[in-house]
Amino acid sequence: MTMEPRTSVIEKRLKNINRIIAVASGKGGVGKSMVASTLALHLSQHGHRVGLLDLDLYGPSSHIILGVKNKFPTEEKGIIPPIIHGISFMSIVYFTEEKPSPFRGSDISNIILELLAITQWGRLDFLIIDMPPGIGDETLDVIRYIKRSEFLVVTTPSKVAMGTVSKLLTMLLELKKPVLGVIENMTMADASFIEQEVQRLQVRYLGKIHFDHTLEDSIGNPDALSETQAMKDLRLILKKIHL
Amino acid sequence: MHEWALAESIVMATVEEARKEKLKTITHVTVHIGELQQIEKEIFLFALNELSKSQKPLIKKDAFVLKTDKSTLSCKNCGESWKYSDMKKKLNKTESESIHFIPEIVFVHTRCPHCGSPDFEITKGRGVTLTSIKGVR
Repeated sequence: MTMEPRTSVIEKRLKNINRIIAVASGKGGVGKSMVASTLALHLSQHGHRVGLLDLDLYGPSSHIILGVKNKFPTEEKGIIPPIIHGISFMSIVYFTEEKPSPFRGSDISNIILELLAITQWGRLDFLIIDMPPGIGDETLDVIRYIKRSEFLVVTTPSKVAMGTVSKLLTMLLELKKPVLGVIENMTMADASFIEQEVQRLQVRYLGKIHFDHTLEDSIGNPDALSETQAMKDLRLILKKIHL
Repeated sequence: MHEWALAESIVMATVEEARKEKLKTITHVTVHIGELQQIEKEIFLFALNELSKSQKPLIKKDAFVLKTDKSTLSCKNCGESWKYSDMKKKLNKTESESIHFIPEIVFVHTRCPHCGSPDFEITKGRGVTLTSIKGVR
């Protein structure tokens, strides 16, 4: 007999978290990390206790968006994430020091299990998960181990992006996972293709975040990020789902 | 004390399994600890014994037996194998501690000592596993 003990403790680690929202896409480069980080900031600014877990193990980027530097979790019956701008923030970057992370599939699952088993989140109103692209190991593990996850899906106005995002949505619907809706990110023109496609899949279309030329200069500075047009657009969208 | 969190998972999994097997008392639990996880055995055992108190089914005092597994890392590129202990002295404290928290971080901070490839696997001695639970029905 060889038993995996870590799965037994995950539910206990997450039991004091009211809602868990996974920001996912299926496609890379659509702005999931930006939406996840700014969603966490928005909720924190509204007085909620918020955690942010960056599960993009090859290419974590939430720490860049939030300007996290020289921070490390503390050890106390597990590991306690440092609080960054009011957000309990956990990422593999504390351990990889920005070096390349060449992980294979089974390694990915082991890392996710380890992070879920040893992270002591404490009491949170929201845990936001910044998901990596794809519908591979990380997505399947979140579905398997974090059964209460709700999904907030991000796409760009591109037909290419939506082709992959549709596959993620189809899978989530097939598995009867709650999908809060789809955000169309970085829009430059008033096209309705994405909205129609999302509605065809009978998922809620939440709205557009317009391409914001000032956003890049605000990366790493949460105060500046909060003032961007992108954040204003996001706030309007989040209002629709009472966040 | 990150060992506490892993000990908690062991105790919870033991209790879960014992309930499935309808055991009334758990007398003997074997836990294997992979070299890569670099667990401090004394702290881990202390945590296991503390967390075992007032569990149902009852876990007998000193039921836990810890065994350490030496690691084997095998390169997918050149086929050579080696142990983590062979290369540990080349790592600084932070790198070694990161591997202690998440053993897969070994792929980030080390390379195959024979060909330099990052494409190797942990074939033995990764982390903490439960290998036997004995008790009385």
